[in-house]
Amino acid sequence: MALLDLESVHVYYGNIHALKGISLTVEEGEIVALLGANGAGKTTTLRTISGLLRPREGRVRLRGEPIDTLPPHVIVYKGIGHAPEGRRIFARLTVEENLKMGAYARSDAQGIRDDMDRVFVLFPRLKERIAQVAGTLSGGEQQMLAIGRALMARPRLLLLDEPSMGLAPVLVEQIFETVKSINQQGTTILLVEQNAYMALTIAHRGYVLQTGEIALSGRAEELQANEEVRRAYLGG
Amino acid sequence: MQRSFWQRLSIINTYLWAFRLSVLLVVVWGSLGTFQAGCRSALTICDFKSKYAPNVWLDLLVFGLSQGSVYALIALGYTMVYGILRMINFAHGDVFMAGAYTAFYLAAAFGRSGFLNRSPLISLAAVLALAMITATAIALILERVAYRPLRRAPRLVPLISAIGASFFLEYAFRGFFGSGFQAYPEWQIFTGEWVIAGIGILRTQAVVIVASVLLMAALYTFVMRTKTGTAMRAVSEDLEVASLMGIDVDRVIVITFGIGGAAAGAAGVLYALVFKQVHFFMGFFPGIKAFTAAVLGGIGNIPGAMIGGLFLGIFESVGPILFLEGLRVPGIYPTGIPAPYQLKDVIAFTMLVMVLIFRPSGILGERLATKKA
Repeated sequence: MALLDLESVHVYYGNIHALKGISLTVEEGEIVALLGANGAGKTTTLRTISGLLRPREGRVRLRGEPIDTLPPHVIVYKGIGHAPEGRRIFARLTVEENLKMGAYARSDAQGIRDDMDRVFVLFPRLKERIAQVAGTLSGGEQQMLAIGRALMARPRLLLLDEPSMGLAPVLVEQIFETVKSINQQGTTILLVEQNAYMALTIAHRGYVLQTGEIALSGRAEELQANEEVRRAYLGG
Repeated sequence: MQRSFWQRLSIINTYLWAFRLSVLLVVVWGSLGTFQAGCRSALTICDFKSKYAPNVWLDLLVFGLSQGSVYALIALGYTMVYGILRMINFAHGDVFMAGAYTAFYLAAAFGRSGFLNRSPLISLAAVLALAMITATAIALILERVAYRPLRRAPRLVPLISAIGASFFLEYAFRGFFGSGFQAYPEWQIFTGEWVIAGIGILRTQAVVIVASVLLMAALYTFVMRTKTGTAMRAVSEDLEVASLMGIDVDRVIVITFGIGGAAAGAAGVLYALVFKQVHFFMGFFPGIKAFTAAVLGGIGNIPGAMIGGLFLGIFESVGPILFLEGLRVPGIYPTGIPAPYQLKDVIAFTMLVMVLIFRPSGILGERLATKKA
């Protein structure tokens, strides 16, 4: 059984039909990339999975169990972590408090401490800034914090929305390396990216969204080789 | 091209500068006048037999502190709710009234049975507890009935609902308990003064200050140190992301209303301790003043509400005498304004207007524009 599956999901913003029957699956252990132009519905898809939006039709299932009627905070308890677009860290809380909020759904103090150490191994910079107010971090550090915070819930499935946005090229590479190693440690990842090239180098499979519909899907190498994808997203 | 100073000076700027200058002038002129009236001359040390000896100022300061700490306790409720919902709960002053009014019946019963003075601390604690419980309950009912259904409505709608709830509470209490003033019983041990380091302080005021400081410290510790408190701060920054962390936002909102209500209920009893009466309309002015205090400190900011409350209380108590008593207006009031204390509300609301014009973010607040206000 797939870890996550969406079955012909329709989402509306008022009268605007944003997702027109999206069906996709994510298997345990995979990195799946969700590609597409601005406004194609990538972020909307993630927001629907984590319960911030309700599908008008269709189902979202986690290991076969429908989750599309649950409120967001319950979906977190079911094992889905979401690092939203634009980082959206709690700017007035300290780095440590941000990470603790990430673990809000858990009550195993020892496990939380272990996971915080794990986050500090992935992002040593955060450890140096542990007592600092998060709003004073640099863009790259804020992105690390956003990912670290989502990991603190110890999710089975991590939704990452544009982790490379607004970062210097060196940092982009570093973030993708980290995403890969998070996956190797056993977290399944659904990754939304503008940077299709980078996304496909670490992903196992990918879906290409176009105006609310899935235009293409396949293994990462297939998509990388696909003429249309190359022209539209890979710059040649 | 760089425009010259005169070109840049717009009409509004001129008006604003004139406003600042005139307020400053009134303050300086009035204060000088007051000191000259109180002392033999402006530059010598005050004569203790004159009208405003140092201990008068000290009394005013202590009264201001006690008044201000009541404002601060109420202001916390405004500021916490605003921080999370970006909504001004205009019924909050009436939650304060409801707490004080309900606890009045318990205090009166204690007074009749003599328990009030037999164990004053226990009876005060019981009265405070009842006021806090009642106020919390009313705040929670308000949230559930008047605000939660409107969570997704435009921002003006819950505001109107809050004003309606405010009238509802006022006239419900008037209907059930009458429109007259009810005299709060007095605790004998709290009458008179305590002399601390040679300074006489009215006991009621000392009790009010100590109780408020303890409550505020408890609340601040809760918000800064506990997991639920951190979640409250997280929700006030970004409600949606907080829900992605697994925080039950509705629960946090309920807790926020509950804590705000408890603080207001306690403030109600403390207020009644000083003024010794309750009335169905007693929540209106302290409510508006506390709102002013919250704006003064930076709305949404918890330490700001505390500082704003204390500041407003002191300003209101010391201000009229300091600025207005000696304010000689040639031709009308040649020896200063006759009953300056009647003008304390004018001072408070002048401050509100000035803060809104010159520093909308308040003393400690960040710029409102950076929030999604």
